[in-house]
Amino acid sequence: MALIDLSKREVHCKIVYYGPGRCGKTTNLLYIYNSMNSNAKGKLLTIETKGDRTLFFDLLPLNLGKINGFDIRIQLYTVPGQAIYEATRKLVLKGVDGLVFVADSLRVRRNKNIESLNDLIINLKEYNIDIESLPVVLQYNKRDLANSPIPTLTIEELEGDLNTRLGVKTFEAAATKGIGVFETLKNISKKTVRYVATKHLLNPQKQMEKVL
Amino acid sequence: MADLVLTGPALEKARSQINEALIEAGVHTVLLIDQAGNVVASCGKNRKDLDVTSLAALAAANFGATSQMAKLIGEDDFSLLFHKGKRDSIHFAKVGNELILVTIFGDEVSLGLVRLRVAELTGSIEKIFGQGN
Repeated sequence: MALIDLSKREVHCKIVYYGPGRCGKTTNLLYIYNSMNSNAKGKLLTIETKGDRTLFFDLLPLNLGKINGFDIRIQLYTVPGQAIYEATRKLVLKGVDGLVFVADSLRVRRNKNIESLNDLIINLKEYNIDIESLPVVLQYNKRDLANSPIPTLTIEELEGDLNTRLGVKTFEAAATKGIGVFETLKNISKKTVRYVATKHLLNPQKQMEKVL
Repeated sequence: MADLVLTGPALEKARSQINEALIEAGVHTVLLIDQAGNVVASCGKNRKDLDVTSLAALAAANFGATSQMAKLIGEDDFSLLFHKGKRDSIHFAKVGNELILVTIFGDEVSLGLVRLRVAELTGSIEKIFGQGN
């Protein structure tokens, strides 16, 4: 649920990084936080367990400049990936405007990726949202391990497992080194802002109907 | 969940009612947030040390977590929450289905007064935003 403040001329959008435990959602946010100019970013908020795992969510607010005279503010959230935290994942999804699904390239995580994507689809359904109606991108993380002795999934396998139904844009990433992190962020921000803007700001008639 | 579009007049009206009911009673900060954690309106002392964005996200999450607890014990929802601190306390109240009113006040204001004023206020804010949307 985007929030559009006509008095301050601001649009707030919520983008959620979803994916199985240990796939690198928080690492994406940390890299973004450490690389951005302090004028454009807010404070990074993390609620984690002692073992550095996200317990509830991480939040990073960003300012993306202006469109049509409106300030665009984006809030990046992550969810706790471990299966046990289903209830909190669902809470974080409330009011989502755009999604990044971060998949783990490790072969041992293959089933966890598929389970997590199914869990996402089910959780969205409970809010009456069809995943195909939302802006979504896929990020195949840990691609730097593809050349190491650790068994990893090929891009074709990841595509087959996760992207046959969605058919969305995908990004190869190595979040610890920052590879692919900003490419993912730029693409999902653009899609999300366009999605919210075409729904409201670029259609004054519809906007007035909502207000009235 | 519908998108929330705020107009100047509706916000102004909500702000002036919050000021009248709570800020004038001695409460130092009031936030009106939605359940996704966005700040709809913020009133009262402009404390630079207060990270309003984080507070709103945590308050919405806190509300969500307790309503799950409510379901576990067979309740639909807890409509209000209160956290007591040494100096300052926080009171949360649901406004309609989508909004939450967060009131931060010191020990010079009684909880009873806050509860009474918030109870009156939630009804009128709900009307301004039409069903809390």
